[in-house]
Amino acid sequence: MSRGGAARRERPRTLKVNPVACQGHGVCMELLPELIAADPWGYPLIAPGPVPAKLLPLAQRAVNSCPTLALLLTSPE
Amino acid sequence: MPGRRVRAMPSRAARLMPETPQLTLAEHLSAHGPPPFAEPASEPGGVAPLIAAVEQSGLTGRGGAGFPAGRKMRAVAEAGRRAGPLHSQVGTVVIANGAESEPASGKDRLLLRRAPHLVLDGIVLAAEAVGATSAYLCVHDDSAALRDAVTSRERAGLNRVPVQVVEVPAGYVASQETALIGLLNGTGPRPAFVPPRPSERGVRRRPTLVQNVETLANIALIARYGPAWFREAGPPSAPGTALITVSGTIARPGVYEIELGTTIGTLLDRAGGSSEPPQAVLAGGYFGGWLPLPAAGQVHLTEQALRAAGAAFGPGVLVVLPESSCPLAEIARVTEYLAGQSARQCGPCSNGLPALAGALGHVAFGRPAGDLLHWTRQLLGLVSGRGACHLPDGTAGLVGSTLTTFEADLRYHASRGPCGRAARPPVLPLPPPPARSSPPVPPGSRARPEALR
Repeated sequence: MSRGGAARRERPRTLKVNPVACQGHGVCMELLPELIAADPWGYPLIAPGPVPAKLLPLAQRAVNSCPTLALLLTSPE
Repeated sequence: MPGRRVRAMPSRAARLMPETPQLTLAEHLSAHGPPPFAEPASEPGGVAPLIAAVEQSGLTGRGGAGFPAGRKMRAVAEAGRRAGPLHSQVGTVVIANGAESEPASGKDRLLLRRAPHLVLDGIVLAAEAVGATSAYLCVHDDSAALRDAVTSRERAGLNRVPVQVVEVPAGYVASQETALIGLLNGTGPRPAFVPPRPSERGVRRRPTLVQNVETLANIALIARYGPAWFREAGPPSAPGTALITVSGTIARPGVYEIELGTTIGTLLDRAGGSSEPPQAVLAGGYFGGWLPLPAAGQVHLTEQALRAAGAAFGPGVLVVLPESSCPLAEIARVTEYLAGQSARQCGPCSNGLPALAGALGHVAFGRPAGDLLHWTRQLLGLVSGRGACHLPDGTAGLVGSTLTTFEADLRYHASRGPCGRAARPPVLPLPPPPARSSPPVPPGSRARPEALR
């Protein structure tokens, strides 16, 4: 943990899709099937609620791997 | 309030749409006087007095979303200030949204025809209050008359902030606020993903205030007569008046100005009552919901009361559906139309809405099929909340309301196929389809839900 520490870790974070950018490549579903499933057309359906702490690294990897940068990990205000 | 005058104040319930139209600048000025010049904020860095007055008035947006108008103005003014001294010289931007795309609504067009200068006053006053240096009036039609109105104001020195009239191409989502920003930025009239919100970054990346034209006309009145006057109409929780477009099987269809909180029954009586035995009223337009009649007559026209009853206020729309119409057939046609309005940017919308229209078309016009209803309901969940704009959510809400309100029709269609009423000519208004597109839901074919899965 380079910056932040406990306070940063505890802030709930949620996954969000920018539906305009998303083209349904499906990389996120491959990397994070625990939280992301495909709808009938191949677009991601995200499990509601904050990302469980133990899945955060995988969620971050899915965000980084999205070819259209459509997956976002956000902290609700 | 500044600018309170000896002139008679507009009446309690015919404020926006007086009996005599105020078409010319002279007529407008003789009724209301010139718009009051903006007072500077009482303290450096403070908010303009007009923003505080609009907040006190309780005015909410009249374009459909019903967001508090003062809060939106404050957000833009503050974002403009936060951008720093250099940016505040450049200024924020105001967009007046008069591009009425809801097929069942006609109130914005009528307001712009009957009281254009009240809207233009509101644009300039709101622009001054939020520190805007340019303003746009976005409309689908009548732009030549409105440009003339703008010119006459420029000659009279009333447009203290330059106002440009902009024509918006047809389309249900083209008048969504981020789509207007896209149009003005040259990236196309399509809804965009938020954040950033328009109040943070809009036209030319500047904080942008987007308000419906009826909202702006109300701001022009609040600037003159004050928030206490504004609150004389309507209940404390929903003050003011609103323009409601009434259509369907009604004796005198048209746009009516009502005090908020008026019951649906009172308004329908004012419009001459239903011209045929009615079965339900669609409240809130195509992002709204159904209220069965006669019970709907008791429902008050406020966002809160309509939401509680399962409908919406939306842009102020009521459509009366007669007993002789099949609600499933009506909504199947509307869903087909709405599906065709998708900007085809978001996968769940551009796939899900045609699938929903197909399934519903089959429910309304096709032979009974076992799991069709289940699939239809599943689709509602699959499209909701998954677009950049509210087209999928609004459509799903309308279809969901139809499925719950007209359960008996649904059971009939599910077991025996189309009812005799499905053949009645449509009541819910739809714009004529563009020449190249297919006609709305031909009876009994179109939907092949198996193929969509």
